[in-house]
Amino acid sequence: MAVTSHAYLAADPAVATAADSAVLSGAWLLIALPLAGAAILLLGGRHTDKWGHWLATALPVASFAWALLVLFDLLGRAPDARGVSVPVYQWFSVGGFEAGVDLLVDPLSISFVLLITFVGSLIHVYSVGYMAEDPGRRRFFAYLNLFVAAMLVLVLADNFVLLFLGWEGVGLASYLLIGFWQYKPSAAVAAKKAFLINRVGDMGLLIAIMIMFSALGAVSFSDVFAAVPGASDGVLLAIGLLLLLGACGKSAQLPLQAWLLDAMEGPTPVSALIHAATMVTAGVYLIVRAGPVFEGAPVAQTAVTVVGAATMLAGGIIASAKDDIKKSLAGSTMSQIGMMVLAAGLGPVGYVAAIAHLVTHGFFKAGLFLGAGSVMHAMNDGVNMRRYGGLARVMPVTFATFGLGYLAIIGFPLLSGWWTKESIISAAFGVGGTEGMVLGTAVIAGAGLTAFYMSRMVFMTFLGGKRWDEGVHPHESPVSMTAPMVVLAIGSVALGAFLTLGDRFAGFLAPATGAHPHHFDVAHAFTSPYGLAALGVMVVGVAAAWAVYLRKPVATTAPKGNLVTVAASRELYGNEINEGLLMRPGQALTGALLLIEDKVIDGAVNGLGAGVLDSSKGLGRAQTGFARTYALTMLFGAVVVAATLAVRL
Amino acid sequence: MIPWLTIAIALPAVGAALVWALPRTAAKASPARAARTAEAGGAAEAPAGGGGVATAVRPATTAAGGGSAETAKRITLGFSIATLLVVAAMALRFDTSRAASLQFEEVHPWIQRFGVHYAVGVDGIALVLILMSAVLVPLVVLAAWNEHDDRFDGGRGYFALILVLEAMMIGVFAATDVFLFYVFFEAMLIPVYFMIGRYGRGDGRSAAAVKFLLYSLAGGLVMLVSVIGVYVIGGSFLWTDLVGEGSALAAVDPATARWLFLGFFIAFAIKAPMWPVHTWLPSAAGASRPGTAVLLVGVLDKVGTYGMMRYCLELFPAAVSWFVWPVVGLSLVSIIYGAILAIGQNDMMRLVAYTSVSHFGFITLGIFALTAQGQAGAALYMVNHGFATGALFLIVGFLVARRGSSLISDYGGVQRVAPKLAGVFLVTGLAGLALPGLAPFVSEFLVFVGVYAFHPAPAVVAAVGVVLAALYILWMYQRTMNGPTKEGLTGLRDLSARETWAVAPLLALILVLGLYPQPVLDVINPAVERTVGIGSGTADAAADGGSEGASGTQEEEGDAE
Repeated sequence: MAVTSHAYLAADPAVATAADSAVLSGAWLLIALPLAGAAILLLGGRHTDKWGHWLATALPVASFAWALLVLFDLLGRAPDARGVSVPVYQWFSVGGFEAGVDLLVDPLSISFVLLITFVGSLIHVYSVGYMAEDPGRRRFFAYLNLFVAAMLVLVLADNFVLLFLGWEGVGLASYLLIGFWQYKPSAAVAAKKAFLINRVGDMGLLIAIMIMFSALGAVSFSDVFAAVPGASDGVLLAIGLLLLLGACGKSAQLPLQAWLLDAMEGPTPVSALIHAATMVTAGVYLIVRAGPVFEGAPVAQTAVTVVGAATMLAGGIIASAKDDIKKSLAGSTMSQIGMMVLAAGLGPVGYVAAIAHLVTHGFFKAGLFLGAGSVMHAMNDGVNMRRYGGLARVMPVTFATFGLGYLAIIGFPLLSGWWTKESIISAAFGVGGTEGMVLGTAVIAGAGLTAFYMSRMVFMTFLGGKRWDEGVHPHESPVSMTAPMVVLAIGSVALGAFLTLGDRFAGFLAPATGAHPHHFDVAHAFTSPYGLAALGVMVVGVAAAWAVYLRKPVATTAPKGNLVTVAASRELYGNEINEGLLMRPGQALTGALLLIEDKVIDGAVNGLGAGVLDSSKGLGRAQTGFARTYALTMLFGAVVVAATLAVRL
Repeated sequence: MIPWLTIAIALPAVGAALVWALPRTAAKASPARAARTAEAGGAAEAPAGGGGVATAVRPATTAAGGGSAETAKRITLGFSIATLLVVAAMALRFDTSRAASLQFEEVHPWIQRFGVHYAVGVDGIALVLILMSAVLVPLVVLAAWNEHDDRFDGGRGYFALILVLEAMMIGVFAATDVFLFYVFFEAMLIPVYFMIGRYGRGDGRSAAAVKFLLYSLAGGLVMLVSVIGVYVIGGSFLWTDLVGEGSALAAVDPATARWLFLGFFIAFAIKAPMWPVHTWLPSAAGASRPGTAVLLVGVLDKVGTYGMMRYCLELFPAAVSWFVWPVVGLSLVSIIYGAILAIGQNDMMRLVAYTSVSHFGFITLGIFALTAQGQAGAALYMVNHGFATGALFLIVGFLVARRGSSLISDYGGVQRVAPKLAGVFLVTGLAGLALPGLAPFVSEFLVFVGVYAFHPAPAVVAAVGVVLAALYILWMYQRTMNGPTKEGLTGLRDLSARETWAVAPLLALILVLGLYPQPVLDVINPAVERTVGIGSGTADAAADGGSEGASGTQEEEGDAE
């Protein structure tokens, strides 16, 4: 079932080309528009300071409009004909290896394109207000455009090499934006750390591509997937695990999670767009896109679910202990993406749930981050929730939109998050057996954690007493900032039902992913044991947060805490583990090699060189004489050589 | 028929002679030299309405020196651009459909008694390397424009040496007579030796130049033995007589072939530079002017890897398989070792030199994987590395010109005061870490794919280099450009127009070749297919079109004069 469902991808690579549709053959414009924005703003320099941010905002909007046209074009086709390859030009080819700049427009990619350009456009609008005072605003918008372009390459690529270009491209944009305030050493270090850890994942993806070409003879999606049935188990397992490594880097999953919390050094719109809604979900995209490979490698699939489950719980625990509002949200992002990765590891039954949760999460998490940015704006850029409190009255729009996002993420019935989280829970239990029980229970536990840390955040920020620093005068943010928040809040409320009811999204995605969703039964979700359990843990989570953070006044400094809370607030010692296992041994190795280079390998040669120099000094030459001495020596040598040659021959 | 290659070799040589022939002036010189200079200066200035007596007056002397240095720079730039135009015109006339065979061939007897010819010609690989060299030289001249203004000769000698070197670089890639190649190979040492020893930076420059010379001479002498051996066995120095099934050299017994191979290889490994004979490079680069480093690392070292492809593999196919694994092993050590040493450097010039040790490891790895992708990747890598590392050296040079130091610890927070400089530094650095979209990615990726097809293990080990590259580039960038601006750097100038013109063409090339490398690959691919699958047991991995290209090549070589 899983294999046949990839019909249009696997069976006949040339099944559809874009020649018959101007909208589709122009799909490269989706990428080119924001890319042009980045180029104009970066190369145009100060001339573009006045209007650059408006241009940069207009271009993703234009891409979104084009993406809508593409969507309607696809909807006008039979479901099996909705995967269209759009060749743009040949990138490079040698021998039997070919990498093309070829785009794949299909339900999966266009879903991502719509999410990226829509949320991306909103965040551009928000940034116009948020970055109004920043002297580097033009650069900021250039990087944002660059990010959108790279992300679109990632999801539109029709082969793994072009995907890799987008993959590292978003990594670059992420690096530039985390380090946007690069004069802060913490931002510079965080940016480098993010790129470095991502590179470890990228190395996995790179090796996976090498194996694909070597063992399967191709790197394009259709050819690779077509070769899967004939490939050995070992090859598929290796590719699967290496793709998972790549996904772990980009999506901040264990063990490559340590960069995401530090990435909050970037401006908040960046955290919303890149480190919540889009880029960090690329790992989920990769796993779903490479579904046929994973379906051929059950062990790799299990590894995916394990990584997802572990990160989901670890992220939730970290989010529960952080007092920094953005870091708490970042922990939450780790956790929610872990949930998606877990679902993606379930195979076709989980794909739609994973992608649907990804889309709704893109809305409510982006909304929550924008809300956090709005709060920070009001609080003189303070991020410590222990110095917030009672902001609901002062910032009604922010509170309302943040509140709706909050209800969505904790899975409040009938809001967006509820639908998609319920889908994941039922897909996990649907696996059956011990595995289903373990995974399903894990997701419910994760949902409980979500309810706790999100309630904690809302209580500490908007409710309770004011614990503001002196000189802080909170105020509601301007319309350019609140309007995007309102739009995202609407999505947080309604998108889940829209996507889930009537199998609308599942049916749309089916031909692209081979997903075979089961029907979502609303009544069942309220009456089944696991549905009730999920509601139960939500209530418990909220109540626990209420007991600690609302019933009693919140301390303005963090309490000493016990072993567990200290571990959680130190991100479960992720950084310490990296330092102990990699950084310090690496430093020792570098030091040792420097010594070997100096004393052993170079030592002999330097001794020789010094000897020659000494002998020439003995001749009493001035410094400029050195050169002549050696030139003469060399000439003499050459003459000897030539003479020898003449005699010998 | 126009002798394109001879023109391309002669043009910079003539330019160098002109620069040297310019009237000499003496700012600080021995009495003897002052007298000579007075004569020459007087002779030249008389027609211009000046007076020979000017040399007696110190300020006037300096002015005269400055003027002649300025002329020297203009001549150098003019001749290097003219050479670039000649080479570009030649490249446009290159027949891509016959890229595997030698074109623009010229063969003239030189030392008839020893069968030595002046024989030149280029295939696709040699062509792109000559193009790269011709692109780099004018940019180096531009970047070095004011570097030697405070020297006694205003840098005139330096600029003349650059042109001499350019002539030899084109010659060494174009030579199709093994002895002519050897002559260029050795003669190149002379200008570089003076460029480091006399015009270099820091107190260690004499020692570094000597070290460079000793290493290179040692390698050259070993190679000479093999060159003579080739002549004795093959009966000719002409490359076209030596390669192919029917040649006398092809019939040599494997043991002798291995010794001859080794003779060439040692020289090329030193030049490349490959671990463990690499230590001359960091010292040389650390003591070089940035322009010298560009030509040294960007072009000169490529003679090593080019020589491995052209001479080691093609002259001694029977010996190749014996050397594959040892060379692959040394390449891997170079990749990892070079990268780790780069991480540990505090001097940016040395750091970039160590990154090159790592990058040359990728090139030799690609060559000895003996697959189409590996070798095409290696050949393309040579070109891309020339541009990317060249640009990196130039930009480090801009920093040195401002601060007088190449130590990372002397910088910090430059981004805030010189954003354009930081921007080009970052883009170039990203090219150095092979970011997709920039040229080096394509070549590095092809090497990876080709090597994995040869054997998975070396490819996986080499992949660690990808992570290390991110560390050495971004950490250097962070320490120099990010953070609060260091005291004393607040007035740092941003890029000047001249500096922008020196690096912008390189950045443009890096970007264009990253997004559309196929035209270069179309020239390289057929030439590479000659050497693909030479070793045993790997032919199947490289079979895609390789065998067809190889057989076609033989015929075409027969046709070409």
